[in-house]
Amino acid sequence: MFGTKDFADGLISAGFDFFTGVPCSIIGGLITELTNREDVTYLPAVREDVAVGVASGVYMAGKVPAVLMQNSGLGECLNALTSLNLIYEIPCLLIITWRGFDGKDAPEHIVMGRTCDRLLDTIGIVHHTLSRENFKGLITEAFNHIIEKKTPIALFLKKGVID
Amino acid sequence: MNCREAVKAITAVLQDQLVICANGIISRETFAARDRVGNFYMIGSMGLASSIGLGVALSERSRRVIVFDGDGNVLMNLGSLTMVGALKPGNFLHIVFDNEAYASTGNQPTLSNMVALENIAKSSGYLYSKKVSDMETLREELNKLLKAEGPSFLLVKISRNAGEIDIGRVTHSPQQIKGRFMSALR
Repeated sequence: MFGTKDFADGLISAGFDFFTGVPCSIIGGLITELTNREDVTYLPAVREDVAVGVASGVYMAGKVPAVLMQNSGLGECLNALTSLNLIYEIPCLLIITWRGFDGKDAPEHIVMGRTCDRLLDTIGIVHHTLSRENFKGLITEAFNHIIEKKTPIALFLKKGVID
Repeated sequence: MNCREAVKAITAVLQDQLVICANGIISRETFAARDRVGNFYMIGSMGLASSIGLGVALSERSRRVIVFDGDGNVLMNLGSLTMVGALKPGNFLHIVFDNEAYASTGNQPTLSNMVALENIAKSSGYLYSKKVSDMETLREELNKLLKAEGPSFLLVKISRNAGEIDIGRVTHSPQQIKGRFMSALR
């Protein structure tokens, strides 16, 4: 496990300065932390592709955005990611909770849980899975990817990894 | 008033405003009428022009951001109106060209002939919302709204184009559109 506050600190000190998204219980604490921070903005979005759209506007105005969502929301985002972010080279960090990993979850999470990483492979978005050991390195890698490659990058977060 | 006449009248009076254009005929007409580095042509991601515009408006408070939207786009993403209405960026102007149809795909009807989009915007928290259907009123409202504190919503009723689409596509690549737009923000 790693701490919510450490994760938020890591994201902010790496240079992420705008956050938006749709909640998942796994990142409830992170959203509360980001909302309460005075040095960054967390904007509640109505849907995940809307969050990606807002993040795209924010990026073009000079910020480095991160979008938080459950993997169910990845389905909502596929058109935005493929017909906006990937072709215009408008990056953002996608922090995606991985419900349904290993087939152990409520029925509505099983199909996406089995396929979400391969969906990103298919459309050509780089992704990694967060752990206590690698989260600091992955935040740095994600920030550098955004600056250099100018395409979205995703970090998956499974249940029980963040406190 | 058709789409071309409305777009021409609006783009003719633009100065340093940033414009996010919805996909389809709206981007094409804006590109043909007056291509500017401050125009972002959203060629895909239908529904998201207002969300992109909201992101720009929140991050660049000193510039006025205008979204050129369509009735099909707005109906696809009504939730975006609630975010604009809740956050109330004063520099946000939402202009919706409403022909009650998906023009780019052959004028299949939307629902905007039965749903008052201007009332949805008002209920969502826009400070001002108005429907116009003639050129004189459009010019008057535009003149006022380019200076007014927003967010404002202007529903511009336009006629459907009959026959074939007679306007070319945006010729800039998506990367060029982004690069130019970002240079206009510096």
